[in-house]
Amino acid sequence: MNYVKEFTKGFIKENPLLVLALGMCPSLAVTTSAINGLGMGAATTFVLVMSNVLIALLKNFIPNKVRIPAFIVIIATFVTIVDLTMNAFLPDLYKALGIFIPLIVVNCIILGRAEAFAQKNNVLASLLDGLGMGLGFTLAIFVVGSIREILGNGSFFDIKFVSENASTVLLFIMPPGAFITLGYIMLLMNKLKSKLN
Amino acid sequence: MDIVNIIILALLVNNVVLAQFLGICPFLGVSQRISTSIGMGAAVVFVMTIANLVTYLLFNFVLASLQIQFMQTITFILVIASLVQIVEIILKKVSPPLYQALGIYLPLITTNCAVLGTAILAITKNYNLVHSLVYAVSTGLGFTLALILMAGLREQLELTGVPKSMKGFPITLITAGMLSLAFMGFAGLVK
Repeated sequence: MNYVKEFTKGFIKENPLLVLALGMCPSLAVTTSAINGLGMGAATTFVLVMSNVLIALLKNFIPNKVRIPAFIVIIATFVTIVDLTMNAFLPDLYKALGIFIPLIVVNCIILGRAEAFAQKNNVLASLLDGLGMGLGFTLAIFVVGSIREILGNGSFFDIKFVSENASTVLLFIMPPGAFITLGYIMLLMNKLKSKLN
Repeated sequence: MDIVNIIILALLVNNVVLAQFLGICPFLGVSQRISTSIGMGAAVVFVMTIANLVTYLLFNFVLASLQIQFMQTITFILVIASLVQIVEIILKKVSPPLYQALGIYLPLITTNCAVLGTAILAITKNYNLVHSLVYAVSTGLGFTLALILMAGLREQLELTGVPKSMKGFPITLITAGMLSLAFMGFAGLVK
C-alpha cells in the first residue's frame, strides 16, 4: 500500500469539497473570514482523523448490519468533544461557527471516509487518509474564506489593508457571495482539469 | 404576533437554504425537476415537524431534567436517524400512496443537516412546543420554496448554452447565489 498516495490524494485529486462536492453546508456558511474557515477546517480534520482511527481499530468488532449507527455514535462523540473544548478555550470562534460545530456530525465527508476507507483499511492508512482529506478540506475552505474576507471586508486575518471608510464589495461576506465564490472556484477547478487531460 | 414573525422569518428572511446554508446537498442534488422538488419538500416538512416534536420532548423532559444537555448532539442524530426509519416503515404499512410519493426521498433525509439544524436551533432559541412546531413547518416550507424556485431555474438553464467548464456545480452554485441575492430583499420585513 502506498501511504504517501493515501495522504496526498485528498489535497487536489480527490479534494472533498472542490472535486467531490462534499461538506457544502459548512463551506458556504462559516467562510466569512479566513480564520473562520481555518477553524472549521481544523475542527473537521480532528473529528475526521479521530473517527477514522477509532473505526479502523474497531472494524472487526462492529457487526456489519449496525455499522452506520455505530459510526454515527463514534463521530458524534468526537464532535461533542470538539464542541465542549472550543466553547471553553476559543469562545469567539465558537460563537462565529455556531450551529455548524454540532452539524459536523452530518458532514458527509466524515461518514463517507468511514464507510469508504476506514472500515476496510488498517489504522495507519486510515489515519493518513483522514489527515489528508481533512487538510484538503481545510485548504479549500480556507481559500473560500480568504477570498470572501479580502473582497468583502478588505482585510486578511482581521488585518485591514484598506482605509477604514473605503467601500468594499460587501456582497461577498453576505450569503450570495458564498455561492458565487464557491461557484467560480469550482469553475477554475473544472478548467484546470480539462487543461490537464 | 410572535407566530407570524416566526413564520415570515423562517420562510423568507432567514430562508433555511439561501440564508442559513442548511440542507445544501439535497438542494443541489434533487432540484433538477419541479415534480421531484415538491416530493422532497413534502418529505422534509413531514420529518422536520416530527423531529422537532420528538427532540423538544427529549431535550426538556429527559436531557434537561437529568442535566446532561451536552449529550444533545449524539441523542438528536440517533433519534432523527431512527425516526426516519420508523416513519418509512409506518408509511409503507398505513399509507402506500404517500409512501410511493415520499418513499425514495426519506432515506436521503437522515443526512440532511437542515433537519438536525432546525431541531438544535429551536432548542437554542428557547422556543416553546407550539413555536418549535410552527418553526419546523415554516422552515420546511422555506426549504420547499427554495427547492421549487431552483428547479424552475434549472429547467430553463438546460435549454441555454452554458460554457463547458461552467456545466454542473459551478453554474448551479452561481444561480443559487442570484436566488439568494433576491431573497436578501426580504430583509427588514419583520423586526
